Amino acid sequence: MEAEFIKNPLCAYEVHKGNFSREFVEKISSEQDEPQWMRSLRLDAYKRYQSLPMPHITPDDVWRRTAAMCTQDYWRRTARNMRGLKLEKYQPVALTPNGKLMQSDPVLPNTSAAQVQSNEASGVIAVQDGRVVEHALSKELVRKGVYFADINTALQERSDFVRSYFMTKAVRIDWNSFDALHGAFWQGGFLLHVPKGVVVEIPMHVFIALSEANRADLAHSIIVADDSSQITIVEEQLSADVAAPGLHCGAVEIFVGRNAQVNYAQIQRWNHQVWNFSSQRAIVDRDAEFRWITGALGSRLSKLNQVSVLEGAGCRVDMLGLTFTHARQHIDIHTYQEHKANHTTSDLLYKSVLKNQSQSVWSGMIYVHPEGQHTDAYQKNDNLVLNKRAHADTLPGLEINANEVRCTHGATAGSIDKEQVFYLMSRGLSYDQAEKMIVAGFFEPAMGRIPLVSVRKQLQQSVTDKLAI
Amino acid sequence: MSNNLVIDNLHISVEGQPIIKGLNLAVKQGEIHALMGPNGSGKSTLANALMGHPFYEVDSGEVTFDGEDILGLEPNERARLGLFLAFQYPTAVPGVSMANFLRMAVSAVRAENSNGGETTELIPMREFRRELRDKMKRLGIDESFARRYLNDGFSGGEKKRAEVLQLAMLEPKIAILDETDSGLDIDAVRIVGESVSQLIGSELGVLIITHYPRLLNYIRPEFVHILLDGKIVESGGWELAQLLEDEGYDPIREKYGIAPL
Repeated sequence: MEAEFIKNPLCAYEVHKGNFSREFVEKISSEQDEPQWMRSLRLDAYKRYQSLPMPHITPDDVWRRTAAMCTQDYWRRTARNMRGLKLEKYQPVALTPNGKLMQSDPVLPNTSAAQVQSNEASGVIAVQDGRVVEHALSKELVRKGVYFADINTALQERSDFVRSYFMTKAVRIDWNSFDALHGAFWQGGFLLHVPKGVVVEIPMHVFIALSEANRADLAHSIIVADDSSQITIVEEQLSADVAAPGLHCGAVEIFVGRNAQVNYAQIQRWNHQVWNFSSQRAIVDRDAEFRWITGALGSRLSKLNQVSVLEGAGCRVDMLGLTFTHARQHIDIHTYQEHKANHTTSDLLYKSVLKNQSQSVWSGMIYVHPEGQHTDAYQKNDNLVLNKRAHADTLPGLEINANEVRCTHGATAGSIDKEQVFYLMSRGLSYDQAEKMIVAGFFEPAMGRIPLVSVRKQLQQSVTDKLAI
Repeated sequence: MSNNLVIDNLHISVEGQPIIKGLNLAVKQGEIHALMGPNGSGKSTLANALMGHPFYEVDSGEVTFDGEDILGLEPNERARLGLFLAFQYPTAVPGVSMANFLRMAVSAVRAENSNGGETTELIPMREFRRELRDKMKRLGIDESFARRYLNDGFSGGEKKRAEVLQLAMLEPKIAILDETDSGLDIDAVRIVGESVSQLIGSELGVLIITHYPRLLNYIRPEFVHILLDGKIVESGGWELAQLLEDEGYDPIREKYGIAPL
């Protein structure tokens, strides 16, 4: 394979594009027998990828706290940033000796059918190293017209449907080079379509795993909930091997129809060798309710851009986030609440706990268009810093172009309160128990708003595990 | 029976400033002591230091509990031995429900290995709930209290009642009540006073720290001590509290040549 180099005029050093080559773009497309439009989209995205500077090289406000800054005092403190990212190290595909796309040996327990059978999940899809390894959907939902499959399958079965949503309305290939990279090399992920009026009570489960070392996962998720439908999706991202380096460059596109109710939970638990980039956007129509639930726990470095577009009048979006970093992790989340219609409500609460020398960044923007009269928007980010060497950045923001709105925001950062520790210890709790209780109490306002017991339990377990390290 | 809590020639300073200057006191189960003193006499310093607050430095002297030196122990180890402090200003812990907290505290204090070992085992939920419900009922505390976050948004009276509930649940041998009547109106003092007096029996010794004898009308002490400038200057019975009620601290200050603050 031919290594490609491009020279970026804005930066003194070259970016080695390595395995992310045009040859592989074509290989992925032809091996999977994709329709012509997808092949064109991939190649178009690849072109963009080549021309767009990496966002960490020309950082804007959204990226600069994760980028390798060449100026100011910031990067002296930010020892962990994207400088260490060597894209050429990661493989978007693995090939068999005869040039076919290789499937890794499954590492996830094959339980999807059982989960659906026992009503634990309405449907399950498991993706490993970019390839679907498991799939199940309840017969009842099939009967009701719910479509749930990996996108490769969907491209064969519902090409036009995929085409109208895939990187056209929500996440775009031209925002930054990671989105372009994703558009060119995406594999795996899923399409979920819930028809009008269908209410799915039991959640859908999606597992996205990295198993082989130096693999890149570029899962693409599309959720289309038609008018008056209801659905909950729980997506877990995990590393099968605690030490295998990896890269995730994902995209999530969610379309919430009129009066629909959708919950989307993503729990990210990559190991500490995984670079994690994710672009997520939900477009919410009139009178609909949408809830993001984000558990950011893993990865070496994460950059997540999460956008809610309140497109139809009277809709509501809740954005709940829990992050817990430790060791040398760096998690940077940018959120955007875009109010495009009147009488829309958004409520964001991100809670972060930091341990050891880890760092987290949250930057948020409430943007109200002139059409967004009677917007009610709120954003709050709280940080609990457990060690002196951990560092939290919090940057709330408002931009309001309508005159009758209620927009409020707040941000806090603090260390653990010694008086609280003493109070709890005076009642018999050890220091560790007191700390655990204070951390649980800190997360509770966000945790209490998660309507899914299983997700709450998972997050609580992760918090317990992290505290015990 | 020997004394449970014995304080021997204790000296404590705060930021280099001596506050407690040679204090002696012994309290055992079943006894009620009142330690009275004006503001600034060192009452809260003593209470917090006995519980092991890291801010207070013990310079010299000894404090034993059931014969064991407790000055080197962590606050939780002291709690497990059977020492309890009802705080003057209980700290709020948002997001932690009263019930969750109490279950963990009760489990920790009652653990088999009460000497330093940490328990991860919680007492059974049903057993805990029954006990909590019973005790709340006895103390006239509404059941919804258990679901509220610990001291978070509590009124002054609610905070003090929460302290008394904890006292009832943890069943210590010796309880120190630090200004439990402060900031309360007459009715609240009565409610708290009656609650505490319900808990008093042969198993519980109490050290009531107060500058004002109001609470003592509900919990009558057998022993009254007067703390002035970091030392107990007089000890006596109920009549000493009455004397203070009638005349205030000035005659005593005068007697020991200590200028009023």
